[in-house]
Amino acid sequence: MTAGPAARGQGRTALGYLAPALLVLGALLAYPVYQLVVISLFDYGQEQVSGGAPLEFLGAGNYEELLGSARFWEVLAQTVGFAAVCVVTTLVVGAALAVLATRVRPWARMCLFLAALGAWATPAVAGSTIWLFLFDANFGLVNHLLGLDGFSWTYGKWTAFGLVAAQVVWCSFPFVMITLYAGIRAIPGEVLEAAALDGASTWRTARSVVLPLLRPILVVVTIQSVIWDFKVFTQIYVMTGGGGIAGQNLVLNVFAYQQAFAASEYGLGAAIGVVMTVVLLAVTLFYLRALRRSGEEL
Amino acid sequence: MRKSRWLAGIAAAVSLAACAPVQSGPAQPAGDERTGQLRVWLFDEVNRAAKEKVVQEAVAEFQGKHQGVTVDVQYIQVQSRAERFKAAFSDPASAPDVAEFGNTDLAGYVSAGGLADISGEALNWEDVHDVLPAALDATKVDKKVYAIPWYIGVRALYYRTDVFTELGVKPPSTLDEIAPLARRIRAAKPDLLGISVGGKYTYGALPFVWGEGGELATSLNGKFTAAIDSPQAKAGVAKYTELLRDDICPPAQCAGNGGDASVEAFRAGKAAMTIGGDFNRRSVDASAAAGKYAVVPLPGKAPGVIAPAFGGGNLLGLLSGTKHRSLAFEFTQLLAGKQYQRKMFDAMGNLPTFSGLQRELADSVPAIKPFTDTLASGVKFVPNTPAWAKIDAQAVVPTMLQEVARGTKDVDAATKSAADAMNAAFGS
Repeated sequence: MTAGPAARGQGRTALGYLAPALLVLGALLAYPVYQLVVISLFDYGQEQVSGGAPLEFLGAGNYEELLGSARFWEVLAQTVGFAAVCVVTTLVVGAALAVLATRVRPWARMCLFLAALGAWATPAVAGSTIWLFLFDANFGLVNHLLGLDGFSWTYGKWTAFGLVAAQVVWCSFPFVMITLYAGIRAIPGEVLEAAALDGASTWRTARSVVLPLLRPILVVVTIQSVIWDFKVFTQIYVMTGGGGIAGQNLVLNVFAYQQAFAASEYGLGAAIGVVMTVVLLAVTLFYLRALRRSGEEL
Repeated sequence: MRKSRWLAGIAAAVSLAACAPVQSGPAQPAGDERTGQLRVWLFDEVNRAAKEKVVQEAVAEFQGKHQGVTVDVQYIQVQSRAERFKAAFSDPASAPDVAEFGNTDLAGYVSAGGLADISGEALNWEDVHDVLPAALDATKVDKKVYAIPWYIGVRALYYRTDVFTELGVKPPSTLDEIAPLARRIRAAKPDLLGISVGGKYTYGALPFVWGEGGELATSLNGKFTAAIDSPQAKAGVAKYTELLRDDICPPAQCAGNGGDASVEAFRAGKAAMTIGGDFNRRSVDASAAAGKYAVVPLPGKAPGVIAPAFGGGNLLGLLSGTKHRSLAFEFTQLLAGKQYQRKMFDAMGNLPTFSGLQRELADSVPAIKPFTDTLASGVKFVPNTPAWAKIDAQAVVPTMLQEVARGTKDVDAATKSAADAMNAAFGS
């Protein structure tokens, strides 16, 4: 390092400005994560929390138990698949509606936005419960309209996952739609005009002008969606009654709650939390690297 | 250079912070103050007003007897009780002196160090010897008493008298007769469930296991081993899950149901039979099935035998951090005593735990006779170990029933994996 005294002084000033933010981040993020890792190394149940039993250091014991269980891998695969479907569908629906919003009249756009905001603002528990009512086997509006009286959407594994995925998409597409709409609107008119003058088709403009300009925004909404959908809890918990018939619809978060937190096995639960964090970090890093390799500066 | 300094800084910060998760000290076996405020937690109920009225009466009587003592009663949500109790155990300062809890919660609370051992006081109380032995057993861990039974709940077989009369059938007299009878009713009346049971209805399924002579687990010197994969238990599981078929109670409709939902179908007039508790009686009386139903004990393997029911119920116990030990026990004694158990029966329909009182009530209220008969013939309990709370939270039994109902596993495979899950919980 060849930084001179002036540069060092500048670094110190910068550090001074950053200190409050670092302090807040440290307290709110680093410390809990550190505690999570520590707890995951112990046999830490309710007995240990309330001082009824001594702490026992397990080292990697919780992780071995977790990674050695076939059930965990099954649930992990299910979670990844479910999240992937939700992310792709959310992005497609959100993007399509964002494009639609730029093409329609103001009143239609207003209606679209109001509907989307309504879905966005609905609390997850309320939204899930309302969807359950709509899809109720005997009294639901959907079955009534489709003439499927008595058909249970939550009984079959795939229909249950499909129903929950639809609900997840319903409550998360508005974020994608509104962000992308803002992005599309921020593209300078001159650029589009120039493309048009050069004789570019709509498809060509979309692919070579709009998409590259939207890329940073797309990256943000994709990563956000991946994180949200990977961590989905409420919808599965409420709509499938805690993980579906015989646990067929479990995803990692609900699995962690059922196997570990409700059962007061906080050590094991913390281990699941750590694994989830690592998986999410890996997915995000992989995604960012793939983008960088394709030549994009973020 | 700079990087290594950073790392050193982080390492220093890490070693400064505690290297082990937090533990609160064990609650101090506190004091015995004779004045001040006694804090009580009771469960919130749908018809809490009736409960509150009786409790208020007891509070007034207690405060009248003790100068300078006030009783503060809080009603906590049943659903979130586990979190509330865990918090109370971790922070004794916020804990109540007396609390109501379910008898299946007891073992977990005791091993968490949250409850006071009241063997001395309890066994010196004369009335305690009139408590039904099975109810008293559910208050003990390692032969020490940690609570007083407040009321008890058992389940029996509800059936629709109008349907049975119309089809000219009689209530089943053995476990084996239930499925054919239910099938026959549904064949004759396809809009009715033959019997409304559910894949999550653990306490509805257990009498089948016990009735066939099976057990959930056996214990030897305090060490539990799963027995749900024994031939008898498997026969019980098979007998119960036989009901979760399209020609009796279609899995698409029933596999996700617990006890409440199972009874709800009967209340809605959509089932010819169900397994319901004495605590469901009032709600059935206020439903479509009112006046058209009767209750018999769930039959066992042979005619004339009653299948052992699960002896559920709620207890009143002292928290280990209480600073008013004598007062707390006296209040428990009052509220769980004969006089107030009787009042609770009148107000809420809760079955008393005193056998004398039960006999007396069965004579004056014939509707509770099937339940008291079931109690008298002997009830059983889930394994009295903190591991059971874990097995319950992990939905081991519902998963087993649902796997068979769905057909994803046969009885052998499902009971085997349930046994493995139980043994894992017992072993840890």
